[in-house]
Amino acid sequence: MPDLSRIDEIVASYQSTKSPLIYILKDVQKEFGFLSESVLTQVARVTRIPLSDIYGVATFYSLFTTKPKGQHIVRCCNNAPCWVNGSEEVLQKIKEYLEIETGETTGDGTFTLEFTSCLGLCAVAPVMMIDDQVFGNLTPEKAVAILRDYKTKGSANA
Amino acid sequence: MHRMHVIIAMDPHTIAQGARSIKDALVKNLELAGLSNEIKVVETGSLGIYNKGVVLVVFPDGIYYTGVKIADLSEIISEHLVKGRVVERLHYRDIPEESRAEEKAPRFGKQLRVVLKNAGIIDPESIEEYIAQDGYEAYGKALTEMKPADVLQTVKDSGMLGRGGAFFPTGVKWGFAAAEKAKEKYIICNADEGEPGTFKDRLILEGDPHAVLEGMCLAGYAVGATMGYVYIRGEYYMSIARVRRAIEQARKNGLLGKNIFGSGFSFDIEVREGAGAYICGEETALIESIEGKRGEPRDKPPFPPSVGLWGKPTIVNNVETLATVPQILLKGAAWYKSLGTESTPGTKVFTLVGNINNPGLIEVPLGITLREIIYDIGHGIPNGRGFKLAQLGGTTGGILTSEHLDLPFDLVNLRSIDAGLGSGALLVVDDTHNVVELVQNFAEFFNHESCGKCTMCREGTGRLVELLHKLTSGCGAESDIALIERLASAMMKSAFCGLGQAAPVPILGCLRYFRDEFTALAQQKRQQIPANA
Repeated sequence: MPDLSRIDEIVASYQSTKSPLIYILKDVQKEFGFLSESVLTQVARVTRIPLSDIYGVATFYSLFTTKPKGQHIVRCCNNAPCWVNGSEEVLQKIKEYLEIETGETTGDGTFTLEFTSCLGLCAVAPVMMIDDQVFGNLTPEKAVAILRDYKTKGSANA
Repeated sequence: MHRMHVIIAMDPHTIAQGARSIKDALVKNLELAGLSNEIKVVETGSLGIYNKGVVLVVFPDGIYYTGVKIADLSEIISEHLVKGRVVERLHYRDIPEESRAEEKAPRFGKQLRVVLKNAGIIDPESIEEYIAQDGYEAYGKALTEMKPADVLQTVKDSGMLGRGGAFFPTGVKWGFAAAEKAKEKYIICNADEGEPGTFKDRLILEGDPHAVLEGMCLAGYAVGATMGYVYIRGEYYMSIARVRRAIEQARKNGLLGKNIFGSGFSFDIEVREGAGAYICGEETALIESIEGKRGEPRDKPPFPPSVGLWGKPTIVNNVETLATVPQILLKGAAWYKSLGTESTPGTKVFTLVGNINNPGLIEVPLGITLREIIYDIGHGIPNGRGFKLAQLGGTTGGILTSEHLDLPFDLVNLRSIDAGLGSGALLVVDDTHNVVELVQNFAEFFNHESCGKCTMCREGTGRLVELLHKLTSGCGAESDIALIERLASAMMKSAFCGLGQAAPVPILGCLRYFRDEFTALAQQKRQQIPANA
């Protein structure tokens, strides 16, 4: 059972901010990894915002998640500027390499694969983002090499 | 004093190509070589050279190096920085006119830099450098010599049209809020940039954040606002950090806070982060999001200048709009009006993306043609392929084909072909792409980004994807094309907000010019229906 008392501290730290719910949820997600029912219930209790409203917000924005995710989040762009530069092939190769579809997490919990809307890096399309790092001018091979790098680094740290 | 400066472009494009680690290695190598006191490494925003790897400029020589790797640093240091010999194999000579950092004249070839005049020239993390380029002069002038009504009138007279995509007259919008009687009013800078192919706001925020803040201060003074918010997309980590830093510097310098320069005017600015929702670029959805709610658009009217954030009069302006305002105040409404065309004064920042040799950010006076942008500034289409179509203004933008190559860009001309300037994204597509597959990509985007509030958009975008998938997977019929057209026109008439209303625009545009490709797919011999159809 996670230590929910941290939620009180997080909420308290936004006392002087008007309408801070999105900030609170960001910090809470950072703390607990994802926004579980018990975590959201506690946020509702502390902020006195109805749980239904909080759940509505938590499921509306793509940076929030109510399910556990992998250690690294891989966000691939497939919007038109990336698409005309071959993002479909890159995405296909990434799916093959990770053996998952978009929206899924690898069995070992290392990667979650997601779509992202345009990251505004179209001059070096196609692009992907891993956590808060961006990678451009991807080819299927380059994308796999980057992921392989993360995989080895991940296991070295473990 | 430093004998030399090495400027490194630190924008998301160069970071995606490894600029951060190059900079760290360069600083470390200079330290090891004992040169830290002689040579200073400075980060700047985009230098306008894209897709050429990491870019360094050595001053005072003005030598550009591209494609710099960590392994090249010791040679650059020992040869150029120590001995003054240019490392020829990395030397980049084909510098686009607009990115020559040492040039001071504002006109570079076909480009004209007003909003981007500082981007890539000053250190965006230094308020002193901004001030040295006339920064905050307009604000000082407004507070000491002008009444709020004068500032408002100047912006009105300039004829400036908002650069968020709707091109609503900025001065008129401000006038609505100025006329409202309220203790609290707000200025919001809409930096929730998410329109595919658009990254102008990001590069303005990261290359010249103080210009945006100054624009907000002037807007605040003109309408009598007390507080400003910069709503930045959650994924734009670097923009968020740069703007936060700029706000702190402005506060320290007494440019934000209470009773600024003893003028009696109090104004402060705060950053608000988005959390990943395309729809929050819609101004009322954005306001809902700042209020900590789901970012779903509100009913209009009332419009934000009367009832906005927390129910108070609120101006929502785009980054590019706000960054232009200080220039208008400094140089005058007549100067601004003299740029561009009669219907659309000023310059416009475009992002040139897709199948193009020289992609990136450009600022040009309106009236320029597609041909000039693609072939002169963009250096044409790669691999000798032909031009098929361009989409102007983002994924909701209209479609332009080879028959429009010589049409001067302004609102009147573009409206005559059902297009607009939108966000300024210009997506170039070469002739190897099938238009129906491209349209399917657009439809998938809208389906993903529809907020789900109204039925027409939520269900309509999904149904469009299905119908297009039927065609591209070889299971479609000509009746499906007719259905796409009916659905599209129904969405344009009945969706709740701009997203659902504009989603069919590019689909209908492609149908108008490339109907034969749709028909060819519909008529092709039926294939076995794939399992996921």
